[in-house]
Amino acid sequence: MITVHVSGFLTDFTSGERTIALGGSPGNVSEALEQLWTRHVGLRDRVVTERGQVRPHVGIFVNADHIRHRDELHTPVQDGDEITILPAISGG
Amino acid sequence: MPVQHHVDVRSGDQLVLVGTTKGAFILRANPRRTEWAVAGPYFPGRAIYALALDNRRGRHRLWAAVNSPYWGSYLSSSDDYGRTWTEPAAYTVKFPEATETALKQIWQIVPGAAGQDDTLYCGVEPAALFRSDDAGESWSLVQGLFDHPHRPKWMPGGGGLCLHTILPHPSDPRRVHVAISSGGHYRTDDGGATWAARNAGVRAQFLPPENRYPEFGQCVHKLASHPSAPHRMFLQNHWGLYRSDDHGDSWTDIANGVPSDFGFAMVSDPNHADTVYIIPIESDEFRCTPEGKLRVYKTTNGGASWAPLTRGLPQEQAFETVLRDGLAADRQTPTGLYFGTRTGALYGSADAGDSWTEIAGRLPPVVCVKTATV
Repeated sequence: MITVHVSGFLTDFTSGERTIALGGSPGNVSEALEQLWTRHVGLRDRVVTERGQVRPHVGIFVNADHIRHRDELHTPVQDGDEITILPAISGG
Repeated sequence: MPVQHHVDVRSGDQLVLVGTTKGAFILRANPRRTEWAVAGPYFPGRAIYALALDNRRGRHRLWAAVNSPYWGSYLSSSDDYGRTWTEPAAYTVKFPEATETALKQIWQIVPGAAGQDDTLYCGVEPAALFRSDDAGESWSLVQGLFDHPHRPKWMPGGGGLCLHTILPHPSDPRRVHVAISSGGHYRTDDGGATWAARNAGVRAQFLPPENRYPEFGQCVHKLASHPSAPHRMFLQNHWGLYRSDDHGDSWTDIANGVPSDFGFAMVSDPNHADTVYIIPIESDEFRCTPEGKLRVYKTTNGGASWAPLTRGLPQEQAFETVLRDGLAADRQTPTGLYFGTRTGALYGSADAGDSWTEIAGRLPPVVCVKTATV
Protein backbone atom coordinates (compact mmCIF):
# COMPACT_ATOMS: atom_id res chain seq x y z
CA MET A 1 0.00 0.00 0.00
CA ILE A 2 1.20 3.53 -0.86
CA THR A 3 0.17 6.38 1.40
CA VAL A 4 -0.21 9.94 0.14
CA HIS A 5 -0.09 12.90 2.53
CA VAL A 6 -1.63 16.27 1.68
CA SER A 7 -2.19 19.28 3.87
CA GLY A 8 -3.61 22.78 4.06
CA PHE A 9 -5.42 24.08 0.99
CA LEU A 10 -5.28 20.72 -0.78
CA THR A 11 -7.49 19.07 1.83
CA ASP A 12 -10.33 21.18 0.41
CA PHE A 13 -10.28 18.70 -2.45
CA THR A 14 -9.99 15.49 -0.40
CA SER A 15 -13.07 16.02 1.76
CA GLY A 16 -10.66 16.96 4.52
CA GLU A 17 -8.60 13.77 4.35
CA ARG A 18 -4.93 14.36 5.03
CA THR A 19 -3.84 10.80 4.43
CA ILE A 20 -5.00 8.77 1.46
CA ALA A 21 -4.16 5.09 1.12
CA LEU A 22 -3.77 3.91 -2.45
CA GLY A 23 -4.61 0.35 -3.42
CA GLY A 24 -3.12 -1.65 -6.24
CA SER A 25 0.55 -1.51 -6.91
CA PRO A 26 1.61 1.66 -8.69
CA GLY A 27 5.17 1.35 -9.92
CA ASN A 28 6.15 4.99 -9.81
CA VAL A 29 4.98 8.39 -8.65
CA SER A 30 3.15 9.12 -11.88
CA GLU A 31 1.06 5.97 -11.60
CA ALA A 32 0.33 6.69 -7.96
CA LEU A 33 -0.78 10.22 -8.74
CA GLU A 34 -3.04 9.05 -11.56
CA GLN A 35 -4.80 6.88 -9.02
CA LEU A 36 -4.99 9.81 -6.62
CA TRP A 37 -6.55 12.09 -9.28
CA THR A 38 -9.23 9.49 -9.89
CA ARG A 39 -10.21 9.50 -6.24
CA HIS A 40 -9.87 13.25 -5.70
CA VAL A 41 -10.31 14.98 -9.03
CA GLY A 42 -9.74 18.47 -7.66
CA LEU A 43 -6.13 17.73 -6.78
CA ARG A 44 -4.88 17.17 -10.29
CA ASP A 45 -5.03 20.66 -11.81
CA ARG A 46 -3.63 22.19 -8.65
CA VAL A 47 -0.60 19.94 -8.43
CA VAL A 48 0.29 19.47 -12.10
CA THR A 49 -0.19 21.49 -15.27
CA GLU A 50 -2.38 20.37 -18.15
CA ARG A 51 0.79 18.84 -19.58
CA GLY A 52 1.14 16.69 -16.48
CA GLN A 53 4.22 18.50 -15.21
CA VAL A 54 4.48 19.18 -11.50
CA ARG A 55 3.91 22.89 -10.92
CA PRO A 56 7.17 24.76 -10.25
CA HIS A 57 6.37 25.65 -6.66
CA VAL A 58 4.94 22.31 -5.59
CA GLY A 59 7.16 19.72 -3.96
CA ILE A 60 6.53 15.99 -4.13
CA PHE A 61 8.48 13.70 -1.86
CA VAL A 62 8.81 9.94 -1.75
CA ASN A 63 9.51 9.29 1.88
CA ALA A 64 12.19 11.95 2.58
CA ASP A 65 13.39 12.41 -1.00
CA HIS A 66 12.24 15.20 -3.30
CA ILE A 67 11.41 13.58 -6.62
CA ARG A 68 13.36 16.40 -8.32
CA HIS A 69 16.49 14.79 -6.87
CA ARG A 70 15.51 11.35 -8.05
CA ASP A 71 13.66 10.55 -11.24
CA GLU A 72 10.87 13.14 -11.16
CA LEU A 73 7.50 11.52 -11.81
CA HIS A 74 9.24 8.30 -12.84
CA THR A 75 10.63 7.89 -9.34
CA PRO A 76 9.80 4.31 -8.37
CA VAL A 77 7.57 3.56 -5.41
CA GLN A 78 6.93 0.34 -3.60
CA ASP A 79 4.67 -1.06 -0.96
CA GLY A 80 4.98 0.93 2.26
CA ASP A 81 6.27 4.14 0.66
CA GLU A 82 4.81 7.49 1.60
CA ILE A 83 4.27 10.30 -0.91
CA THR A 84 3.95 13.84 0.43
CA ILE A 85 2.71 16.80 -1.63
CA LEU A 86 3.70 20.22 -0.28
CA PRO A 87 3.74 23.80 -1.50
CA ALA A 88 7.40 24.70 -1.85
CA ILE A 89 8.99 27.36 0.31
CA SER A 90 9.48 30.14 -2.19
CA GLY A 91 10.61 33.70 -1.99
CA GLY A 92 12.32 35.00 1.07
CA MET B 1 -6.58 34.34 6.87
CA PRO B 2 -7.89 37.91 7.00
CA VAL B 3 -11.46 38.71 7.99
CA GLN B 4 -13.54 39.07 4.87
CA HIS B 5 -16.04 41.89 4.47
CA HIS B 6 -18.97 41.92 2.07
CA VAL B 7 -21.15 44.61 0.53
CA ASP B 8 -24.88 44.54 -0.05
CA VAL B 9 -25.45 45.43 -3.67
CA ARG B 10 -28.62 47.10 -4.94
CA SER B 11 -29.85 47.87 -8.41
CA GLY B 12 -28.28 51.06 -9.70
CA ASP B 13 -25.19 50.74 -7.55
CA GLN B 14 -21.79 51.50 -8.99
CA LEU B 15 -19.14 48.85 -8.42
CA VAL B 16 -15.40 49.10 -8.78
CA LEU B 17 -13.65 45.75 -8.98
CA VAL B 18 -10.06 45.87 -7.82
CA GLY B 19 -7.53 43.11 -8.38
CA THR B 20 -4.32 43.15 -6.41
CA THR B 21 -1.33 40.91 -6.01
CA LYS B 22 -2.88 39.71 -2.74
CA GLY B 23 -6.53 39.28 -3.58
CA ALA B 24 -9.63 41.01 -4.94
CA PHE B 25 -11.76 43.80 -3.51
CA ILE B 26 -15.21 45.03 -4.48
CA LEU B 27 -16.09 48.66 -3.84
CA ARG B 28 -19.71 49.76 -3.91
CA ALA B 29 -21.32 53.20 -4.03
CA ASN B 30 -24.63 54.66 -5.04
CA PRO B 31 -24.75 56.48 -8.42
CA ARG B 32 -23.56 59.73 -6.79
CA ARG B 33 -20.34 57.87 -5.95
CA THR B 34 -19.57 59.87 -2.84
CA GLU B 35 -19.18 57.11 -0.25
CA TRP B 36 -17.62 53.76 -0.90
CA ALA B 37 -17.95 50.50 0.99
CA VAL B 38 -15.09 48.05 0.55
CA ALA B 39 -15.55 44.28 0.43
CA GLY B 40 -12.83 41.64 0.46
CA PRO B 41 -10.17 40.55 0.40
CA TYR B 42 -11.36 37.70 -1.77
CA PHE B 43 -8.79 35.01 -2.63
CA PRO B 44 -6.29 36.35 -0.07
CA GLY B 45 -2.75 35.69 -1.16
CA ARG B 46 -3.66 35.14 -4.80
CA ALA B 47 -2.88 37.62 -7.57
CA ILE B 48 -6.05 38.75 -9.35
CA TYR B 49 -5.08 40.20 -12.72
CA ALA B 50 -8.55 40.09 -14.31
CA LEU B 51 -12.07 40.80 -13.08
CA ALA B 52 -15.35 41.28 -14.93
CA LEU B 53 -19.08 41.44 -14.34
CA ASP B 54 -21.28 39.57 -16.78
CA ASN B 55 -24.75 41.06 -16.39
CA ARG B 56 -26.23 39.81 -19.64
CA ARG B 57 -29.29 37.53 -19.86
CA GLY B 58 -30.26 38.32 -16.30
CA ARG B 59 -26.96 37.15 -14.89
CA HIS B 60 -25.06 39.09 -12.29
CA ARG B 61 -21.93 36.98 -12.36
CA LEU B 62 -18.56 38.23 -11.29
CA TRP B 63 -15.53 36.58 -12.84
CA ALA B 64 -12.07 36.54 -11.33
CA ALA B 65 -8.81 35.21 -12.74
CA VAL B 66 -7.15 33.64 -9.73
CA ASN B 67 -3.41 33.22 -10.01
CA SER B 68 -1.40 31.29 -7.45
CA PRO B 69 2.34 30.68 -7.66
CA TYR B 70 1.66 27.24 -6.20
CA TRP B 71 -1.61 26.01 -7.63
CA GLY B 72 -1.79 27.61 -11.06
CA SER B 73 -4.28 29.94 -12.69
CA TYR B 74 -8.02 29.43 -13.03
CA LEU B 75 -11.34 31.22 -13.37
CA SER B 76 -13.71 31.55 -10.46
CA SER B 77 -17.16 33.11 -10.51
CA SER B 78 -19.60 34.53 -8.00
CA ASP B 79 -23.35 34.98 -8.41
CA ASP B 80 -23.76 36.85 -5.12
CA TYR B 81 -21.32 39.72 -5.52
CA GLY B 82 -18.46 37.97 -3.83
CA ARG B 83 -20.02 36.28 -0.81
CA THR B 84 -19.27 32.91 -2.37
CA TRP B 85 -16.99 31.95 -5.24
CA THR B 86 -16.70 28.78 -7.24
CA GLU B 87 -13.65 26.60 -6.71
CA PRO B 88 -13.85 24.31 -9.75
CA ALA B 89 -12.58 20.77 -9.33
CA ALA B 90 -11.06 20.92 -12.79
CA TYR B 91 -9.74 24.12 -14.28
CA THR B 92 -11.63 25.27 -17.36
CA VAL B 93 -9.00 27.27 -19.25
CA LYS B 94 -6.41 24.80 -20.49
CA PHE B 95 -4.30 24.43 -23.59
CA PRO B 96 -5.20 21.39 -25.70
CA GLU B 97 -2.74 18.52 -25.49
CA ALA B 98 -1.60 18.94 -29.09
CA THR B 99 -0.25 22.42 -28.35
CA GLU B 100 2.31 21.03 -25.87
CA THR B 101 1.75 24.27 -23.97
CA ALA B 102 0.74 24.89 -20.37
CA LEU B 103 -1.18 27.88 -19.04
CA LYS B 104 0.91 30.23 -16.96
CA GLN B 105 -1.51 33.01 -16.08
CA ILE B 106 -4.90 34.43 -17.02
CA TRP B 107 -4.64 38.14 -17.80
CA GLN B 108 -8.03 39.25 -19.06
CA ILE B 109 -11.74 38.35 -19.11
CA VAL B 110 -14.05 40.22 -21.48
CA PRO B 111 -17.68 39.67 -22.49
CA GLY B 112 -18.35 39.19 -26.19
CA ALA B 113 -20.00 41.71 -28.48
CA ALA B 114 -23.67 42.62 -28.52
CA GLY B 115 -25.73 39.68 -29.70
CA GLN B 116 -23.16 37.23 -28.32
CA ASP B 117 -24.72 37.17 -24.92
CA ASP B 118 -23.14 33.90 -23.81
CA THR B 119 -19.70 34.63 -25.24
CA LEU B 120 -16.70 35.49 -23.13
CA TYR B 121 -13.09 35.92 -24.12
CA CYS B 122 -10.07 35.24 -21.99
CA GLY B 123 -6.50 36.39 -22.67
CA VAL B 124 -3.66 34.38 -21.20
CA GLU B 125 0.07 33.85 -20.86
CA PRO B 126 1.72 32.39 -22.88
CA ALA B 127 -0.02 34.67 -25.34
CA ALA B 128 -3.23 33.07 -26.53
CA LEU B 129 -6.95 33.73 -26.68
CA PHE B 130 -9.65 31.48 -25.29
CA ARG B 131 -13.35 31.72 -25.99
CA SER B 132 -16.45 30.47 -24.23
CA ASP B 133 -19.88 30.36 -25.87
CA ASP B 134 -21.73 28.96 -22.87
CA ALA B 135 -21.27 31.85 -20.44
CA GLY B 136 -17.99 30.51 -19.08
CA GLU B 137 -18.88 26.89 -18.44
CA SER B 138 -16.33 25.66 -20.98
CA TRP B 139 -13.50 27.30 -22.89
CA SER B 140 -11.71 26.62 -26.16
CA LEU B 141 -8.41 27.87 -27.51
CA VAL B 142 -8.84 30.21 -30.48
CA GLN B 143 -6.72 28.06 -32.72
CA GLY B 144 -6.45 30.58 -35.55
CA LEU B 145 -4.42 32.95 -33.42
CA PHE B 146 -2.41 30.20 -31.76
CA ASP B 147 -1.41 28.87 -35.18
CA HIS B 148 -0.34 32.30 -36.46
CA PRO B 149 3.10 32.04 -38.07
CA HIS B 150 4.26 35.08 -36.07
CA ARG B 151 3.65 33.40 -32.74
CA PRO B 152 7.07 31.68 -32.38
CA LYS B 153 8.68 35.11 -32.81
CA TRP B 154 6.68 36.92 -30.15
CA MET B 155 8.86 37.85 -27.20
CA PRO B 156 7.88 38.30 -23.56
CA GLY B 157 7.57 41.84 -22.23
CA GLY B 158 8.38 42.78 -18.65
CA GLY B 159 5.21 41.09 -17.42
CA GLY B 160 5.66 37.98 -19.52
CA LEU B 161 4.41 36.95 -22.96
CA CYS B 162 0.79 37.79 -22.38
CA LEU B 163 -2.36 38.54 -24.35
CA HIS B 164 -3.67 41.28 -22.09
CA THR B 165 -6.26 43.25 -24.05
CA ILE B 166 -9.32 42.06 -25.96
CA LEU B 167 -11.63 44.46 -27.79
CA PRO B 168 -14.59 42.79 -29.49
CA HIS B 169 -16.17 45.01 -32.14
CA PRO B 170 -19.41 46.37 -30.65
CA SER B 171 -21.66 45.24 -33.51
CA ASP B 172 -19.66 42.92 -35.77
CA PRO B 173 -19.10 39.62 -33.96
CA ARG B 174 -16.57 38.56 -36.57
CA ARG B 175 -14.16 41.35 -35.68
CA VAL B 176 -12.02 41.24 -32.54
CA HIS B 177 -8.84 43.12 -31.64
CA VAL B 178 -6.21 41.75 -29.27
CA ALA B 179 -2.95 43.16 -27.93
CA ILE B 180 0.07 41.08 -27.02
CA SER B 181 3.24 42.04 -25.20
CA SER B 182 5.43 41.76 -27.16
CA GLY B 183 3.67 40.74 -30.30
CA GLY B 184 1.64 43.82 -31.13
CA HIS B 185 -1.93 44.41 -32.18
CA TYR B 186 -3.78 41.72 -34.14
CA ARG B 187 -7.26 41.75 -35.62
CA THR B 188 -9.57 39.09 -36.91
CA ASP B 189 -12.38 39.90 -39.33
CA ASP B 190 -13.70 36.37 -39.62
CA GLY B 191 -14.56 35.35 -36.11
CA GLY B 192 -11.08 34.20 -35.13
CA ALA B 193 -10.22 31.86 -38.00
CA THR B 194 -7.50 34.18 -39.29
CA TRP B 195 -5.66 37.10 -37.75
CA ALA B 196 -3.45 39.85 -39.16
CA ALA B 197 -0.90 42.07 -37.43
CA ARG B 198 -2.08 45.69 -37.59
CA ASN B 199 0.82 47.78 -36.34
CA ALA B 200 1.69 50.13 -39.24
CA GLY B 201 3.16 53.29 -37.76
CA VAL B 202 3.75 51.89 -34.27
CA ARG B 203 7.39 52.00 -33.28
CA ALA B 204 9.40 49.43 -31.41
CA GLN B 205 11.91 51.59 -29.56
CA PHE B 206 13.85 48.56 -28.38
CA LEU B 207 14.78 47.47 -31.94
CA PRO B 208 17.65 48.79 -34.09
CA PRO B 209 16.82 52.10 -35.88
CA GLU B 210 16.43 50.45 -39.28
CA ASN B 211 13.76 48.14 -37.89
CA ARG B 212 11.86 50.45 -35.54
CA TYR B 213 8.57 49.96 -37.39
CA PRO B 214 8.21 46.20 -37.86
CA GLU B 215 5.09 44.39 -39.02
CA PHE B 216 4.77 42.89 -35.54
CA GLY B 217 6.71 42.55 -32.31
CA GLN B 218 5.72 45.88 -30.75
CA CYS B 219 5.12 45.92 -27.04
CA VAL B 220 1.57 47.25 -27.02
CA HIS B 221 0.53 48.06 -23.47
CA LYS B 222 -3.15 48.91 -24.00
CA LEU B 223 -5.80 49.45 -26.66
CA ALA B 224 -8.99 51.48 -26.28
CA SER B 225 -11.90 52.48 -28.45
CA HIS B 226 -15.43 53.75 -28.06
CA PRO B 227 -18.43 51.61 -29.04
CA SER B 228 -19.98 54.44 -31.07
CA ALA B 229 -16.81 54.89 -33.14
CA PRO B 230 -15.11 51.50 -33.34
CA HIS B 231 -13.05 52.54 -36.36
CA ARG B 232 -11.22 55.00 -34.11
CA MET B 233 -8.79 53.31 -31.79
CA PHE B 234 -6.18 54.46 -29.33
CA LEU B 235 -3.00 52.66 -28.38
CA GLN B 236 -0.60 53.12 -25.48
CA ASN B 237 2.65 51.56 -26.53
CA HIS B 238 5.89 50.79 -24.76
CA TRP B 239 7.05 54.23 -25.91
CA GLY B 240 4.46 55.76 -28.17
CA LEU B 241 0.91 57.03 -28.05
CA TYR B 242 -1.20 56.45 -31.14
CA ARG B 243 -4.58 56.80 -32.81
CA SER B 244 -6.03 54.86 -35.69
CA ASP B 245 -9.03 55.96 -37.75
CA ASP B 246 -9.22 52.77 -39.79
CA HIS B 247 -9.82 49.95 -37.29
CA GLY B 248 -6.10 49.71 -36.56
CA ASP B 249 -4.86 49.34 -40.11
CA SER B 250 -2.59 52.36 -39.60
CA TRP B 251 -1.55 54.43 -36.61
CA THR B 252 -0.60 58.08 -36.11
CA ASP B 253 1.47 59.50 -33.26
CA ILE B 254 -0.66 61.60 -30.91
CA ALA B 255 1.83 62.24 -28.09
CA ASN B 256 1.03 65.95 -28.25
CA GLY B 257 2.03 67.61 -25.03
CA VAL B 258 2.33 64.65 -22.70
CA PRO B 259 5.35 64.52 -20.37
CA SER B 260 6.19 61.01 -21.60
CA ASP B 261 4.76 58.78 -24.29
CA PHE B 262 5.66 55.74 -22.23
CA GLY B 263 2.90 54.34 -20.08
CA PHE B 264 0.59 51.43 -19.48
CA ALA B 265 -2.96 52.44 -18.69
CA MET B 266 -5.43 53.91 -21.16
CA VAL B 267 -9.20 54.12 -21.12
CA SER B 268 -11.83 55.57 -23.41
CA ASP B 269 -14.60 57.74 -21.93
CA PRO B 270 -17.91 55.86 -22.34
CA ASN B 271 -19.73 59.19 -22.70
CA HIS B 272 -17.46 60.80 -25.32
CA ALA B 273 -15.91 59.00 -28.27
CA ASP B 274 -12.96 61.38 -28.62
CA THR B 275 -12.12 61.52 -24.94
CA VAL B 276 -9.37 59.26 -23.65
CA TYR B 277 -7.42 59.13 -20.41
CA ILE B 278 -3.85 57.95 -19.85
CA ILE B 279 -1.33 58.00 -17.02
CA PRO B 280 2.15 58.72 -18.43
CA ILE B 281 5.13 56.97 -16.90
CA GLU B 282 8.59 58.48 -17.08
CA SER B 283 10.46 55.70 -18.87
CA ASP B 284 10.75 51.98 -19.27
CA GLU B 285 13.74 52.03 -16.92
CA PHE B 286 12.29 54.20 -14.12
CA ARG B 287 8.62 53.27 -14.57
CA CYS B 288 7.30 55.94 -12.23
CA THR B 289 5.19 59.04 -12.76
CA PRO B 290 7.25 61.89 -14.28
CA GLU B 291 8.57 64.64 -11.99
CA GLY B 292 7.10 62.93 -8.94
CA LYS B 293 3.62 64.12 -9.94
CA LEU B 294 0.68 61.77 -10.17
CA ARG B 295 -1.21 63.07 -13.20
CA VAL B 296 -3.91 61.64 -15.39
CA TYR B 297 -3.83 63.12 -18.89
CA LYS B 298 -7.04 63.68 -20.82
CA THR B 299 -7.73 64.42 -24.44
CA THR B 300 -11.16 65.52 -25.61
CA ASN B 301 -10.19 65.82 -29.26
CA GLY B 302 -8.89 62.41 -30.18
CA GLY B 303 -5.33 63.11 -29.14
CA ALA B 304 -4.77 66.48 -30.85
CA SER B 305 -3.96 67.82 -27.39
CA TRP B 306 -3.74 66.50 -23.83
CA ALA B 307 -4.22 68.25 -20.51
CA PRO B 308 -3.19 67.09 -17.04
CA LEU B 309 -5.78 66.30 -14.37
CA THR B 310 -4.27 66.95 -10.97
CA ARG B 311 -6.85 68.27 -8.49
CA GLY B 312 -6.77 65.95 -5.49
CA LEU B 313 -3.80 63.94 -6.74
CA PRO B 314 -0.37 64.22 -5.06
CA GLN B 315 1.95 66.52 -6.98
CA GLU B 316 5.07 66.18 -4.89
CA GLN B 317 7.23 63.12 -4.30
CA ALA B 318 4.63 60.91 -5.93
CA PHE B 319 6.66 58.26 -7.69
CA GLU B 320 3.83 55.94 -8.59
CA THR B 321 3.23 53.25 -11.17
CA VAL B 322 -0.17 52.46 -12.66
CA LEU B 323 -0.22 49.26 -14.68
CA ARG B 324 -2.05 48.46 -17.91
CA ASP B 325 -5.34 47.43 -16.34
CA GLY B 326 -5.10 49.87 -13.46
CA LEU B 327 -7.36 52.59 -14.94
CA ALA B 328 -11.10 52.30 -15.63
CA ALA B 329 -14.13 54.45 -16.41
CA ASP B 330 -17.74 53.92 -15.39
CA ARG B 331 -20.85 54.61 -17.47
CA GLN B 332 -22.43 57.16 -15.17
CA THR B 333 -22.92 60.83 -16.02
CA PRO B 334 -20.59 62.56 -15.48
CA THR B 335 -18.08 59.83 -16.15
CA GLY B 336 -16.45 58.26 -13.12
CA LEU B 337 -12.77 57.37 -13.30
CA TYR B 338 -10.76 55.07 -11.06
CA PHE B 339 -7.14 54.01 -10.93
CA GLY B 340 -4.98 51.97 -8.60
CA THR B 341 -1.26 52.17 -7.99
CA ARG B 342 1.46 49.67 -7.28
CA THR B 343 1.66 51.19 -3.81
CA GLY B 344 -1.95 50.19 -3.12
CA ALA B 345 -3.79 53.48 -3.44
CA LEU B 346 -7.10 53.66 -5.28
CA TYR B 347 -8.17 57.08 -6.56
CA GLY B 348 -11.56 58.01 -7.93
CA SER B 349 -13.20 60.90 -9.72
CA ALA B 350 -16.95 61.40 -10.10
CA ASP B 351 -16.56 64.36 -12.48
CA ALA B 352 -14.64 63.00 -15.47
CA GLY B 353 -11.31 63.67 -13.84
CA ASP B 354 -11.79 67.29 -12.78
CA SER B 355 -11.23 66.30 -9.14
CA TRP B 356 -10.00 63.19 -7.39
CA THR B 357 -10.20 61.58 -3.99
CA GLU B 358 -8.37 58.68 -2.48
CA ILE B 359 -11.02 55.97 -2.11
CA ALA B 360 -8.70 53.43 -0.51
CA GLY B 361 -5.16 54.08 0.55
CA ARG B 362 -3.58 50.90 1.75
CA LEU B 363 -4.53 48.04 -0.50
CA PRO B 364 -1.96 45.54 -1.74
CA PRO B 365 -0.33 46.46 -5.07
CA VAL B 366 -3.14 47.09 -7.57
CA VAL B 367 -2.94 45.28 -10.92
CA CYS B 368 -6.53 45.51 -12.15
CA VAL B 369 -9.38 48.03 -11.88
CA LYS B 370 -12.72 47.41 -13.60
CA THR B 371 -16.14 49.00 -13.24
CA ALA B 372 -19.67 47.64 -13.34
CA THR B 373 -23.04 49.28 -12.97
CA VAL B 374 -25.56 46.96 -11.38
